[in-house]
Amino acid sequence: MSALLEIEDLVVEYVSDERAVRGADRVSVSIGEGEILGLAGESGCGKSTVANAVMRLLKEPARISGGAVRFDGQDVLRMSTERLRDWRWRETAMVFQSAMNSLIPVMRIGDQIADIFTTHEKMSKRAARAEAVRLMELVRIDPARLKAYPHQLSGGQRQRVVIAMACALRPRLLILDEPTTALDVVVQQEILAEIKQLQAELGFAVLFITHDMSLMLELSDRIGVMYAGRIVELAPAAALRQGARHAYTQALLGAFPSITGPRERRVGLAEGTRFTDIGDLVEVAPGHFVAPGDMTVRTEGNR
Amino acid sequence: MAYPQTELVATPQRGGRGLARLLRNLGRNGKAIAGIAILLLFIAGALLAPVLFPDDPSRIVGGGAAPPNAEHLLGTTARGQDVLALTLWGARSSLFVGFAAGLLATLVAVLVGLAGAYFGGVLDDILSLATNVFLLIPGLPLLVILAAFMPPGVGTVIIVLVITGWAGGARILRSQGMSIRGKDYVAASIVTGERPLRIMLRDILPNMASIVMMTLLGCIIGSIGAQAGLEFLGLGDSNTISWGTNLFWATSDGSLMLGQWWIFVPSGLAIALVAFALALCNYAVDEITNPRLRKPRRAANAAAPTRVTADDAEEGVA
Amino acid sequence: MRFILRRLGFYLVAFWLSITLNFLLPRLMPGDPVSRMLSRSQGQLDPSQIESLRQLLGVDDRPWWQQYPEYLWRVLTGDLGISISRFPTPVAEVISSQLPWTLLLGFVSLIIAVVIGNLLGILAAWRRGSFLDSFVPPFLIFLGSFPYFWLAMGLLYVFGITLGWAPLSHAYSVGLQPSFSFEFIADVAAHLVLPALSIVLVSIGGWMLAMRNTMIATNSEDYILMAEAKGLRPSRIMFAYSARNAMLPAVTNVGMSIGFIVGGALLTEVVFAYPGVGYQLMAAVQGLDYPLMQGMFLTITGAVLLANFLIDIIYVRLDPRVRAH
Repeated sequence: MSALLEIEDLVVEYVSDERAVRGADRVSVSIGEGEILGLAGESGCGKSTVANAVMRLLKEPARISGGAVRFDGQDVLRMSTERLRDWRWRETAMVFQSAMNSLIPVMRIGDQIADIFTTHEKMSKRAARAEAVRLMELVRIDPARLKAYPHQLSGGQRQRVVIAMACALRPRLLILDEPTTALDVVVQQEILAEIKQLQAELGFAVLFITHDMSLMLELSDRIGVMYAGRIVELAPAAALRQGARHAYTQALLGAFPSITGPRERRVGLAEGTRFTDIGDLVEVAPGHFVAPGDMTVRTEGNR
Repeated sequence: MAYPQTELVATPQRGGRGLARLLRNLGRNGKAIAGIAILLLFIAGALLAPVLFPDDPSRIVGGGAAPPNAEHLLGTTARGQDVLALTLWGARSSLFVGFAAGLLATLVAVLVGLAGAYFGGVLDDILSLATNVFLLIPGLPLLVILAAFMPPGVGTVIIVLVITGWAGGARILRSQGMSIRGKDYVAASIVTGERPLRIMLRDILPNMASIVMMTLLGCIIGSIGAQAGLEFLGLGDSNTISWGTNLFWATSDGSLMLGQWWIFVPSGLAIALVAFALALCNYAVDEITNPRLRKPRRAANAAAPTRVTADDAEEGVA
Repeated sequence: MRFILRRLGFYLVAFWLSITLNFLLPRLMPGDPVSRMLSRSQGQLDPSQIESLRQLLGVDDRPWWQQYPEYLWRVLTGDLGISISRFPTPVAEVISSQLPWTLLLGFVSLIIAVVIGNLLGILAAWRRGSFLDSFVPPFLIFLGSFPYFWLAMGLLYVFGITLGWAPLSHAYSVGLQPSFSFEFIADVAAHLVLPALSIVLVSIGGWMLAMRNTMIATNSEDYILMAEAKGLRPSRIMFAYSARNAMLPAVTNVGMSIGFIVGGALLTEVVFAYPGVGYQLMAAVQGLDYPLMQGMFLTITGAVLLANFLIDIIYVRLDPRVRAH
């Protein structure tokens, strides 16, 4: 099966005068058409770095210093600026973490949506606005809200607007960077349902970034767990539900109590646990990859 | 000239380490070094004036309006006074008044800004109103009528400069003070019953070190410029020698129209250089506290895609 | 709407405070201004001048609470006293013939400096590390360190006297009749060049730097990143998204800088003998023409407050977040 998105040995470095830090360290993962891949991990593990790298949105001092990113066979990293600009949003779109910050406060919602169409499809303002109305209906928001400014909408509405904008050109890949982290639990559920429905309707693939494992398990087909810029486990969601193989994944899963069922004692990682020398992924079961490596516990004594 | 309002991004920490760090970083910044060097040069000149030109500089020493020559390095004024002597002696008054007024204005600004930020409520409303009014009323006209009605003298000049100069800093300091006041460690101090003065001095003020410094530098720049303007109009103390009064006499004597550039250039240039030196320091402080403003390692467009330096990919497809 | 009303109220308070300051100053003055003036102009002031001065300086014997309302009323009806240096012309008449020129000079300089300065700032922020970003700001800051009037002197010397490229003084050539003819307007423009240029050169650095810094901050906002992700053209992002947002502080800055520009204009007029309000300033100061100085203060303050009010109205139109309140 030829993948829609192929990330191969991706290395992203943050370069300063003194040294270079690897935000993503030889990351390899692929996403097929219509597949939902979740990327999980703690803050700073590199999942957002990878997501932003795909669309080449990272800013200085970040630099992609190794590897390849191929979308439907095309090398994204070697695209010219103009080709990249055309490719963006059309083939791959992104929903950022905070919708409030993604929308420009001094422009009406309708204009911000119309921009997409006037730029990519060379539509007239009027035609673009008509499309915007259709988009609003897609996410079930009253089209009259198009005249509003971002601060006049509720948090949930803003997130739905942003998701609608992402779907505007029917991209084949949608990257969701922590789309529900800034929302309360009830709205979270609504948004997730929205995403699931749109995915069923429009058939795009999804790269879903979050630190919330339970959300991930619910939504994804496959899940990748990242730690310190490397992928430590990559498996179908079902397999992970049954039993994760890497200690880190086990600890992550173990940290989320279930709301129903008998009371269980939560077991996480011991204080000061570190994973070092994380090797490349090894297939331990069909489709289930784990990275070998050392786990050390730094106590008062050593180092 | 209004100093540009930059985004207030002082990263706060507990205690006075902020100031020490700032000073250390300044020592490494090229702009700051240049600025301080120029300032020191002028201060040295001012201090050495009595040594280099021991007699009264307004003494007539030569022929009127002589261009620069070996005997008088910067020539003479229309009345025959040595321009270089006048310029060096002028530095004493201009620098003194400028720094004194700037310092006092900053002091007032700090008091008003902090008090308003800390106490809030009615006091804040009143202080804010006063600040905004003084900000709004145009400086030069106010300066003129204040100076005109008060008895001439150095004290008057300093006082009116402070009156017209404190408001800008007060507004910025209040704004920054309020954002710090909202921090948790300040709330903690209040809850544990610290006295207000202690909180202001120990928790709030040290974290505003860079803003206070920028305010101080801005006030000094403003004072020097405003003083020059005042004296140029003839409202300064006519007995003092200062850069502004030198320019006043240059204009009264018609030196400009007669093309006697050596008479009006030195004093004005001196003002410009000192103001520039202070502005450089300000620029440096801004850069240090707001890392985003620092010069980037390579020129790049704001909307350029991520730079790719993977081995076989092309270099910087920007 | 409430925002506008609040601002209007504020400006009225500020104006009232200015009038009150004008009232109080002569009465609070240490020393005796009247005798100082009288001794200065021994025999040169006739009785009506002395009377006018007395009234102004509040030396008549009525208590202040009787004088104040009368003063307030007089000011609000346009009676600003009689000018000493231009006796017997009323101050209001002197100023009203000069004010238009000051407004012209100030307005033209402000517009040019604002437009060009902000444009330079936008471009400099867009391409960080370029020549425009690295070298032009320090150079303009250097220019901005010059006192307005000194740069005016320099420009007059170089371009007016030495090179003879521009007129040396006044607003229009002697002998020309004011009219709306092209010839007259061109002549006015020619006389405006040097004075406006000196104000523009000194103030432009501030605009460029402020806009550049605001843009740098705006460019790092998430919605700009979103705009890039959307695949919008860089020029559209720079102007319609980034600059549009960065303009808001710029508008506020314009309001705050009007006071400075006016001060600069007044001093520049002295150098160029430009017949605005400032031109008289030196003479008024030398002649201890208190009524004129006070009248000038009040008029300029009023004009600045009015300009700020207009700026506020513009700001409300631009920032939807303010409109909501």
